[in-house]
Amino acid sequence: MSTSATATLVALGVNPASELTGTTADQTTGRVLPVRGELADLLPWGGLRRGSTVSVGGSTSLLLALLAGATADGCWAAVVGLPHLGVLAAAELGVAVPRLALVPRPGGEPGAVIAALLDGIDLVAVEVTRSVSPSLARRLSARARQRKAVLLAFGSWPGADVELHVVGTRWEGLGRGHGKLRSQTLTVRVGGRGAAARPRHVELDLVGGGKVVLQGDDWNGAPARKGPTCAS
Amino acid sequence: MRLLMVWCPDWPVIAAAATESLPPHVPAAVAKGNAIVACSAIARAEGVRRGMRKRQAQERCPELKVFEADPTRDARLFEPVAAAVEELAPGIEVVRPGLVAVAAKGPLGYFDGPERAAERVVDHVAHTAGVEAQVGIAEGLFAATLAAHRGVIVPEGGSAEFLAPLGIQELNDPDLVDLLRRLGLRTLGAFAALPERAVADRFGGPAVQAHRRARALEDRPVDKRTPPEDLEVVQQFDPPVERVDQAAFAAKALAERLHAELTAKGFACTRLGIHANTENDEELHRVWRCAEPLTPRGIADRVRWQLDGWLTREALTAGVTTLRLVPEELVDAAALQFGLWGHDQGAERAARALVHVQGLLGPEGVFTAVLGGGRGPEDQIKLVPWGDERTPRHDPAQPWPGRLNGPSPATVKSRSATVVDNAGQDIGVTGRNELTGAPMQFAVNGGPLQDVVAWSGPWPVDERWWEPDTARRAARLQLIAGGTAFLLVREDGEWTVEGMYD
Repeated sequence: MSTSATATLVALGVNPASELTGTTADQTTGRVLPVRGELADLLPWGGLRRGSTVSVGGSTSLLLALLAGATADGCWAAVVGLPHLGVLAAAELGVAVPRLALVPRPGGEPGAVIAALLDGIDLVAVEVTRSVSPSLARRLSARARQRKAVLLAFGSWPGADVELHVVGTRWEGLGRGHGKLRSQTLTVRVGGRGAAARPRHVELDLVGGGKVVLQGDDWNGAPARKGPTCAS
Repeated sequence: MRLLMVWCPDWPVIAAAATESLPPHVPAAVAKGNAIVACSAIARAEGVRRGMRKRQAQERCPELKVFEADPTRDARLFEPVAAAVEELAPGIEVVRPGLVAVAAKGPLGYFDGPERAAERVVDHVAHTAGVEAQVGIAEGLFAATLAAHRGVIVPEGGSAEFLAPLGIQELNDPDLVDLLRRLGLRTLGAFAALPERAVADRFGGPAVQAHRRARALEDRPVDKRTPPEDLEVVQQFDPPVERVDQAAFAAKALAERLHAELTAKGFACTRLGIHANTENDEELHRVWRCAEPLTPRGIADRVRWQLDGWLTREALTAGVTTLRLVPEELVDAAALQFGLWGHDQGAERAARALVHVQGLLGPEGVFTAVLGGGRGPEDQIKLVPWGDERTPRHDPAQPWPGRLNGPSPATVKSRSATVVDNAGQDIGVTGRNELTGAPMQFAVNGGPLQDVVAWSGPWPVDERWWEPDTARRAARLQLIAGGTAFLLVREDGEWTVEGMYD
């Protein structure tokens, strides 16, 4: 096959077999956004399926970790609400900060803001507040489905495809008067509809605090390496 | 076209020094990130050079004052200079802050020969704007700029001859210069002597432009497309725009519109006219000229700079009611190979969505974070409104002793805290950096006390101890209570929760 023919197939979402190793077909065609390895177990699709709504409860770290794989792969993410988000922690967990937009104060009617973000951003994380009514939540989930974006609700969300709730956190590394926080073990209750209908509990180790690589280009939001999921 | 070019040497340094009222005898430089991008003549005499790392420059010249690069400041302070040149010769074009071009024929012919005209311009700029300038005259933007750097008036038709002996590095394209050097072409003349066909065949588009420059021709063949009348974009403001940040936001939206309209018709703009009308029926107008076709960001920057210049110089007695962008010179859009984000359509879609949200919430509604140096979790992050320049708060390359290793808190929110020992006594930190007791119980914001399961610290935070005014003596503590890990800081005898590892 000639190079140009391969290039055309890639544009159509078909990839050479050599790139298929270790990932599912859905990931290579871009229907599922990648997540950090240890999180793949939590999600029925091994990643975040475009168009789905995933609710996260009980741990800001887990929410941030879910944004890491896709943004590192070239996707864009936005966080609506959470005005005290630890961006440094996000970076340490692997989030590509230049492609992370923050909307800390979406106002009393966040619906329009969230809808606008779903139009152009691959992953939209939303802090659930009283101004998100159940009917608005359903409309936004439908919008995400239609725009092939992933809606991550931080808080409970009616009709979420997957519900991840952290029921226990254990920190390693700190003793009585010595040591330093090193990693956390989360116990996550996984529930939801369809494939995720039967609730189960998953334990996972989340190691943050990795060295954050700063590059001059990053300040200007230069795109990093791009996987097939987020290349357009 | 024969151009008279007015050049203010080391403009970014002049602008920075003027803003900070730095006396002229102190060596100064401007750095972008960690690299020196401009320095004053005195600094140069001490061995400071462009492209040097900041630290290296400070080693050579310890008293060097280094400013952060700020294109907006450069442009704002340049407006009076541009205005001074315009008083002598209408129809000026700002190439970039520090460099302004005007047609050498026409108004300037009115003076007694080009030498007299050049002298007159230098005098007038010095007198009205209080800035030293140099003037050069030659054919084409490239030759005229080099002539200005040398303060030379090139005789008519002699531009190619003027360029020929100059070094190839004047092309300002490191990759191409490197390649040509390896081919043994060390002067512009040697490069210009190559046949154009051969350059086009071997090196491609950008080299052809460089080749045209080396021959003292305009960058592109003269058949520039005359702009159709209806290509301008207009925006009315009600209420009028009076503040610089409002102007910046308006500039961004208008730039996107103009760019979209041009792209749809297959054009890109190389000369942009910016017109403003105020409530008091004033009318201002300035042309910006660019060697490269303008991207939406490029258009927005120039509009913002210009409005900033007008608003700050008080050239306007009232707010701007109408802003009009008129493309004065167009080239084929094919010349504009990259959009705002190169070929990254995902980024372009994201940018549109974020601008849309800014439309709903205002420019301060959407932020991106920039990571930089610093010790505390909050220090290392700077939030900038979407679309603004992403520069870090502190130099990330510098070492930051006292920085906490390991994971950072996922929630960074300051709240007052209480830490007590088993007798209910407040725990402090001694001058020798030891806790006065073992933490047993902990509360946030005066809430119920919880048992401390684990703790560690204190780690000293000795920030800027060499500057007594801003010095900060504090210590950090990590502890786990009630199932959550916290980061605490002790300062002035008070505990504060800095963040939560939630």
